[in-house]
Amino acid sequence: MSWLGHFNYWVVIIVMMTGLYMAVAQSDLMRKLIGVTLFQTAVFFLYISFGYVRGAQVPILTEGAERYSNPLPHVLILTAIVVGVATTALGLALVVRIRERYGSIDEAELATLADEVEDLEPRDDFDDQDEHH
Amino acid sequence: MREHLPILLVILPLLAAPICSVLPRGRLAWLLATLVSWAVLAIAAILLVRVQAEGVISYAVGGWPAPIGIEYRLDGLNALVQLLVAALAACVLPFAGRSVDDEIAADRQPGFYALMLLLIAGLLGIVATGDTFNVFVFLEISSLATYALIALGRDRRALLAAYRYLILGSIGATFYLIGIGLLYALTGTLNMQDLAARLPAVADSRTAHTAVTLVMVGLGIKMALFPLHLWLPNAYRFAPSAISALLPATATKVAVYLMLRFVFDIFGVDFAFGRLALNEVLLALAAAAMLSASLAAMQQRNVKGILAYSSVAQVGYIVLGAALATPTGLTASLLHLFNHALMKGALFMALGCVMLRVGRCDLDAIRGLGRRMPWTAAAFVVAGLSLVGVPLTAGFISKWYLVLAALEAGWWPLVILILVASLMALIYVWRVVALAYFAPNECRRREEAPLSMLVPLWILVLANVWFGIDTRLSVGMAEAGVRVLMGGTP
Repeated sequence: MSWLGHFNYWVVIIVMMTGLYMAVAQSDLMRKLIGVTLFQTAVFFLYISFGYVRGAQVPILTEGAERYSNPLPHVLILTAIVVGVATTALGLALVVRIRERYGSIDEAELATLADEVEDLEPRDDFDDQDEHH
Repeated sequence: MREHLPILLVILPLLAAPICSVLPRGRLAWLLATLVSWAVLAIAAILLVRVQAEGVISYAVGGWPAPIGIEYRLDGLNALVQLLVAALAACVLPFAGRSVDDEIAADRQPGFYALMLLLIAGLLGIVATGDTFNVFVFLEISSLATYALIALGRDRRALLAAYRYLILGSIGATFYLIGIGLLYALTGTLNMQDLAARLPAVADSRTAHTAVTLVMVGLGIKMALFPLHLWLPNAYRFAPSAISALLPATATKVAVYLMLRFVFDIFGVDFAFGRLALNEVLLALAAAAMLSASLAAMQQRNVKGILAYSSVAQVGYIVLGAALATPTGLTASLLHLFNHALMKGALFMALGCVMLRVGRCDLDAIRGLGRRMPWTAAAFVVAGLSLVGVPLTAGFISKWYLVLAALEAGWWPLVILILVASLMALIYVWRVVALAYFAPNECRRREEAPLSMLVPLWILVLANVWFGIDTRLSVGMAEAGVRVLMGGTP
């Protein structure tokens, strides 16, 4: 197997590590989320690559076809995509709410804001107590 | 009907969740969710009795037999964990009624209970299923519900806690997904039993080693094993009270169960602990968790924070027992899994009562609690003693077994470690108790929490005492679980 034979897997590793690095290193909450999404997408690609069989047909029953590629990883990834979409949607919703309540979505800035609240008198722990009443 | 009970257990809360979300009033949704949780508890109890009487129950979802179809497989181990999750849910939901009324806006309450049911369905599904990909799906169902539930906390920091947990949790779940993907590529199967049978033949490849590592790191994040616990303290602290009572008692426990299942059942002790020396890694991490998290707990100014860090330390105890890989060690691990759920459930529920009446949970709020809320404070004391591991409480039994296991294995430094960590627990519990009973407080009114919260709280507290005195049931069930893991008859 040549270096190029593993082309898919090289791409997977590059995309996956880019995503993971973004999720860890970025301080912007949106970019972090993009990183996680990239990371998850790389895994979809990894699974699809597992299903590939050299010289095989699309896994639909056809006359004269001898080998089919493995359909199971595709099915699994359909489920994982749904999960990924739900995660991204929830993450985006959280970012919107954080922006509404803090006025910022930058991790470093948020850390200082959150500390300020912590240092106040305990009663102020619930700075928004009246919001729902 | 009888043979469909294993799937009914998961389907019932899953179907009730959307119904809950369209109910017009929070009260109705609460009633439905509570009834469902009781039904689930009844089913889980029936299933545990059946497993003990008849052995392993295998259920083919949709009529497709394993290993092609998804199999639900109940044995002495997961039937017990399932009962634990169902019992805690059945205690927390009645409790949630008043607490949620106080903390969640009325128009959000139906959705809140729907999410809670989804969380329960996800957790029960993880435990019941015998298919590794199905585990991932249920893991994400429960996790997504958890993120949303934490974000409903009243403090704005709940949003940040939920966001951080979402990022870490998604990365953890994706690690797990890569891990089982590699295992599938190696063995061509996702069924746990099938994997266990086929893995030894290919265990020496680098792919298998990578897969084990990825699965373990993914689960490590989910169960908040040191140093992957950073999401946990704030998530527990800022979540609505009902959720911070349910999560520590169930979610991390389910992740620990998964780790036990993978290490002992799927990878096999010889492979995971013998050749990969995972036990040494787990032992070191467990020890670090017990010390560092207990230290952090001693420095917290918020009682929820104290208990959250203490949870990280307790996960250390559970993993420690498992890492010893002896029958006594595993019994200790399972016992502590069970007992810790009871004590943390009770402690966080007591704090839920405090939140309702006092409105906050820092150390100042506890001042004079013994007079203001005598029943709640007494419950906190008893459950706190159980956390420390005082004789006649459940916590003592599991720590006793843990010390025995460490001595059996000849690891006497571990015994010292367990004692030191227990002393630290005594210090952080004492800080709260001393303030509750011996600190002067100008407020002399009696404002006890309503009965709907006190009754579930005291059921858990009494369970702590019961399982500390009569150990036949809990030790018997734990030993049945150990026989499953050690490869005997279930």
